[in-house]
Amino acid sequence: MSKQRLTREQIAERAALELPDGAYVNLGWGIPNLIAAYVPKDITIYFHSENGILGMGPRAPQGQEDFDLVDAMKVPVTLVPGAAYFSQVDAHVMTRGGHLDICVLGGLQVSEKGDLANWRVPGAKGAGGIGGAMDISVGAQRLIVTMEHTAKDGLRKIVNKCTYPLTAIECVNTIVTDLAVIDVTPEGLALREVAPGFTPEEVQALTEPKLRYSGKVPEMAIKRR
Amino acid sequence: MNRKNRVYPSVDECVADIPDGATIMFGGFGGAGFPNNLIQGLARRGARNLSVISNNCGTSDGELGILFKNRQIRHVVAAFPGPGATYFQQQFDAGEIDLELVPQGILCERMRAFGAGIPAFYSPVGVGTDVAKGKEERVIRGKRYILEQALGADYALIRAHRADRMGNLVYRKAGRNFNPIMATAAKTTIVEVEEVVETGELDPETIVTPSIFVDRIVVAKGLRYV
Repeated sequence: MSKQRLTREQIAERAALELPDGAYVNLGWGIPNLIAAYVPKDITIYFHSENGILGMGPRAPQGQEDFDLVDAMKVPVTLVPGAAYFSQVDAHVMTRGGHLDICVLGGLQVSEKGDLANWRVPGAKGAGGIGGAMDISVGAQRLIVTMEHTAKDGLRKIVNKCTYPLTAIECVNTIVTDLAVIDVTPEGLALREVAPGFTPEEVQALTEPKLRYSGKVPEMAIKRR
Repeated sequence: MNRKNRVYPSVDECVADIPDGATIMFGGFGGAGFPNNLIQGLARRGARNLSVISNNCGTSDGELGILFKNRQIRHVVAAFPGPGATYFQQQFDAGEIDLELVPQGILCERMRAFGAGIPAFYSPVGVGTDVAKGKEERVIRGKRYILEQALGADYALIRAHRADRMGNLVYRKAGRNFNPIMATAAKTTIVEVEEVVETGELDPETIVTPSIFVDRIVVAKGLRYV
């Protein structure tokens, strides 16, 4: 068994398995945005875009773009049957009001209690930007964070307490990384799966809070390599 | 006041009275629904020391970027200024621009509240974060909330797809975004549209912004910046 951390695409592939048929889902920037490509063909997900679309389909084919039909990242998209347009207020009635089944966001840090920091690295140049992340984090029925398990400099990103500016407190339900699937529970972080070839102890060594697990922890189901 | 015809002959006449120091909302998100012709008109008009309320701060040389390049803006309220907003970022780093960062859903809800006569409201967004600093916090039915203030403006510059002469508006696809909310929250709402039709030609069932929220209309072909 090879012992490679998952790629960003593989994190997205695993996270896609968390989306049930018919769910209303918002995907954030970065790894979350890769997830749509991995949704199994036999299920339909109604993707929400905070610029005012519910039922967003794949990227528009070249030559058929309509620049009034774009996602929040300016990418020309398509619609699935049953889609709707609405204003910014209604887009966030859906987020903040708790109407979206699942939201997936990127993360800089997630704490043991499920606090999320994902919008600003302290000391970074420029003004930064919050966008819709705070509204989405607060309102999601279920919030999944996809991210690399550790930062580029090797620092742990799953921490006892976030030190970066917070997006929302006690909001994360599940963390999917290149090493593990971890659930945030009232009793602490529960290690649900590990990346193929990795042991729970190896994942624990790269995770600041104590992980709860017992017996053999299943491997993350990844088809594409 | 001629409420039967709010169509102006030109972009420049629509923005001719916008003074220095005005507070202005700008519609648009993701390249769609930006009042780019009105922004160009405001650049020609040259009003300075402006406060702007917008989801973002434009592209480098397009959308609101034109007004930043011209150094017409002093204060910004935005959810996501954007790394591509070159002139904004330069002026922000140089300390020449004040920025209030607001979560996107709160930004539009504050406008909605203003337009609806609600002075402030409690919200769960930003509780326990930097956004809550200086704001009243209250526990309601066991949950923490912060008090957010309504947000209005002197002018809203927006884009719609079609208008009738009275000012009823319909939008196109994701070009709707902030535009209908801003129309309710400004003393004067100015809209650029692709097409004006005779009053009565728009299906009342499909009108998104009723004419009561619109003051000036100008026909201008949509402009897009990449």
